[in-house]
Amino acid sequence: MEYDVVIGLEVHLQLATRTKAFCSCSTVFGNAPNSQVCPVCLGFPGSLPVLNETALDYAIKVGLVLDCIIQEQTKFDRKNYFYPDLPKNYQISQYDLPLAKNGYLDIISENKTRRIGIRRVHLEEDAGKLIHRQNNSVVDFNRCGIALLEIVSEPDIKSPQEAYEYLTELKSILGYLEVSDCDMEKGSLRCDANVSLKEKGAGELGVKSELKNMNSFRAVKEALSFEVQRQSALLTSGGKIIQETRLWDEKKSETSPMRSKEEAQDYRYFPEPDLPLFVISEDKIQKIRESIPELPKEKMQRFIKDYGLSEYEAKILTASKKDADFAQECLGSYPDKNKKILVNFLIGPVLSEANNKNCIVVALGIKPQDLLELLRFLQQEQISYLTAKIVLTEMINTKNSAVNIIASKNLIQVSDSAELDGRIKAVIGENPKSVEDYRSGKVNALMFLVGQVMKKTSGKANPKVVQEILKEKIKNA
Amino acid sequence: MELNTQAAHQLSNLLKEGQINSQDIVDALYRRIKATESRVCAYVRLKDTSLPKLGYPQDGVLSGIPVAIKDNICTEGLVTQCCSRILEGFRPPYDATVIRKLKKEGAVILTPKTNMDEFAFGSSTENSFFGPTHNPWDLRCVPGGSSGGSAAAVAADEAILALGSDTGGSIRQPAAFCGVVGMKPTYGRVSRYGLIAFASSLDQIGPFAKDVEDAALLMNVISGYDSNDSTSVNVSVPDYSMSLTNDVKGIKIGIPKEYFIEGMDPEVKKIVQEAIDKLKQFGAEYREVSLPHTEYAVPVYYIIATAEASSNLARFDGVQYGLRTLANSPSGQLMEMYKKTRGDGFGAEAKRRIMLGTFVLSHGYYDAYYLRALKVRTLIKQDFDKVFADFDCIITPTTPTPAFKIGEKVKDPLKMYLSDVYTISANLAGIPAISIPCGFTKQGLPVGLQILAKPFAEEMLFRVAYTYEQNTNWHTAKPKV
Repeated sequence: MEYDVVIGLEVHLQLATRTKAFCSCSTVFGNAPNSQVCPVCLGFPGSLPVLNETALDYAIKVGLVLDCIIQEQTKFDRKNYFYPDLPKNYQISQYDLPLAKNGYLDIISENKTRRIGIRRVHLEEDAGKLIHRQNNSVVDFNRCGIALLEIVSEPDIKSPQEAYEYLTELKSILGYLEVSDCDMEKGSLRCDANVSLKEKGAGELGVKSELKNMNSFRAVKEALSFEVQRQSALLTSGGKIIQETRLWDEKKSETSPMRSKEEAQDYRYFPEPDLPLFVISEDKIQKIRESIPELPKEKMQRFIKDYGLSEYEAKILTASKKDADFAQECLGSYPDKNKKILVNFLIGPVLSEANNKNCIVVALGIKPQDLLELLRFLQQEQISYLTAKIVLTEMINTKNSAVNIIASKNLIQVSDSAELDGRIKAVIGENPKSVEDYRSGKVNALMFLVGQVMKKTSGKANPKVVQEILKEKIKNA
Repeated sequence: MELNTQAAHQLSNLLKEGQINSQDIVDALYRRIKATESRVCAYVRLKDTSLPKLGYPQDGVLSGIPVAIKDNICTEGLVTQCCSRILEGFRPPYDATVIRKLKKEGAVILTPKTNMDEFAFGSSTENSFFGPTHNPWDLRCVPGGSSGGSAAAVAADEAILALGSDTGGSIRQPAAFCGVVGMKPTYGRVSRYGLIAFASSLDQIGPFAKDVEDAALLMNVISGYDSNDSTSVNVSVPDYSMSLTNDVKGIKIGIPKEYFIEGMDPEVKKIVQEAIDKLKQFGAEYREVSLPHTEYAVPVYYIIATAEASSNLARFDGVQYGLRTLANSPSGQLMEMYKKTRGDGFGAEAKRRIMLGTFVLSHGYYDAYYLRALKVRTLIKQDFDKVFADFDCIITPTTPTPAFKIGEKVKDPLKMYLSDVYTISANLAGIPAISIPCGFTKQGLPVGLQILAKPFAEEMLFRVAYTYEQNTNWHTAKPKV
């Protein structure tokens, strides 16, 4: 039996507002427990919520970017359940009048554009954080009351890989809007996934399971893959899927049941009487629309058009807004019309430095001008590509300039044939087999010989010059 | 002349003239409390409290005037527990907006707080964890509720002014039973910030006073928009003292026929009719009107109010403040702690309303109960809108009967709920209403006259009430406690 995979994602996003959703406490991450609380976010008797208008604006902005219908009127509801991280034992959320609904997000999956429906986008408040200790549990309410945006997709996602693409694209856009840190490690972006299988081509949806506790996009993909396998094996062997919530265990790489539908709670939603109905004017929407910056897709198209980048290169360089701005500054100031060297260097060594440090490029602390200075040496063949990479690492680690590093380490490469002559002769003498190989048509053998010369010159020889001289000498020998 | 028997506006004059100081008033009140409180029980935690702080601004509207506060209004550092065991020892870290405003105008906040039905759930103050308050006019009777302590304190001259809260009549009904003035302002007129919520869409804080002039004075201080309460309304507050004119000429009064039904106490009916005739004598006109959805007010109220209450009271769980009863066994500690704490902490009426409210919000019942109740609430509001298109105010009895005996209705919650039948509609419609003394039964129990007006027309209430008061002397009668 073959199955279609049906996936829907629920993303929870902490909005990067200065203060919490319904009080004026700070939202800064990482401070001492319970140092950012007040009677309102602690749910003290008699306290009342007042909506943070910036949170509403951010939410509308996200709704607009996802092409949602923004409701003319929106209201808040209470979601009632008991838990010690929820001081009022209800969460202020939105139920039947979400701020935005019926939008979509286009993603590229296997070179095809796929449109994923967005069912709803709504505002709610975050809960506190439980910390379980050996003999008891304690609560940190610093996070409690921070504005959360819940973005619910339609079950339009057809594979774990697509889910990954959806999240990557969503994060990229949200990052451009600067409405959230989108940092899964800090918990400012969280994702739950619903997944079910149905017979290939069937109309009716299968029974779904809801997956929780994934701490990265990769974990979302792995949890979904595991779940697809599990469900498929179960169905194939004649078993039945039960509707349940399952937790992803990162260490074991598997999901396990948390609670079934029978135990599902009745949240007893009803309109929050402490907050009025909010009317969202066309005027307000227009103002917010005008504040939306150039988004990754538009920026990507512009990079392709203005700088002659390939789609692949443009996509990588526009993934995050800050890095795209960095790339743009580099591209704009780069003297050559042909941006090949710059682009290769950006998506090569520069990006891999950032990946190694698990940060974005901007966080490496290098200014576009510093990078261009380094690339000038490379462009003018004063240093080799290898040297350039070494100098880059040095620049990041020491915050020293390229000029200083190259000068102090005497890294300008040697292109003078007279100076290289002796070493090249020596290499030819020491590697007769490779010389023979090259003569018999093995091009790789020449590259090996070039490498040997580079070694003898501690990487300072100009590889192009070395190559020319080598060819010349082998031919004439 | 005992200072504690005087109205605030009279005391203010004496204070300004330098004849007395604030401490004299507090001393007089404490002497009275010492003498009568063992019979009235208007205050709670009387023993544990210190003397109130004096010396707030000398030039405020209420400088030097003591005000008694219902136990559900937060006072910084001072125990506020809604007369419930579950909030045992809870000292709010902040003042309610009304308390802040009182302090700013120089008022003295009395440290013992006034008794009430637990979480304002009741119409007799019998549901207090601390035991019932007694009606100063007949100690065998209830003072009404839920703000029975505030009403009784003012009636017994144990307080000059008091604050209460009114969700379905909790100010007006006890004001009527105790023969004092009590007002429920328009929803949104007075900030609810710091009022421990019963039913958020119905609750309003309001004044108790010995006369209409004092009620207007207190309203001047506590009214107004508050950015901490999103349901408070940004409408400018007039000086209510300016509406204290002895003149009702041409005022059109509607008398709703649904409020004068069989089964109401004939004495109350007669006394209220006489009051209406009196107003006619001074130039007001009246005509019978209809509020056709009146019969649904009580059921609608008990759905909406309990639904909101069930959610509002969820926070009392033993986690952060108040009572916590620990689990016996280490297994399932959290659930057991919740259950034991709430089981021990809430009284019977609180439990009944939490269960009712939880039920009406439950999956599968929401549409049939809560949603339908909201729709009927709109119809009730529209009834009033229609009448107020042609009339300046509506007059009704505040209650169908005078104060009943302690213990008379505790076993029959439905009967108890019906004692609010005339007051509930104003909360559902969000309109202002006042209760003023308008006579006594042969048994010597006070009867209250309720005046209702359209939203933010408190001035009309003060004008009609003041005119009636100026031409009668019911408000000057004092109970013998």
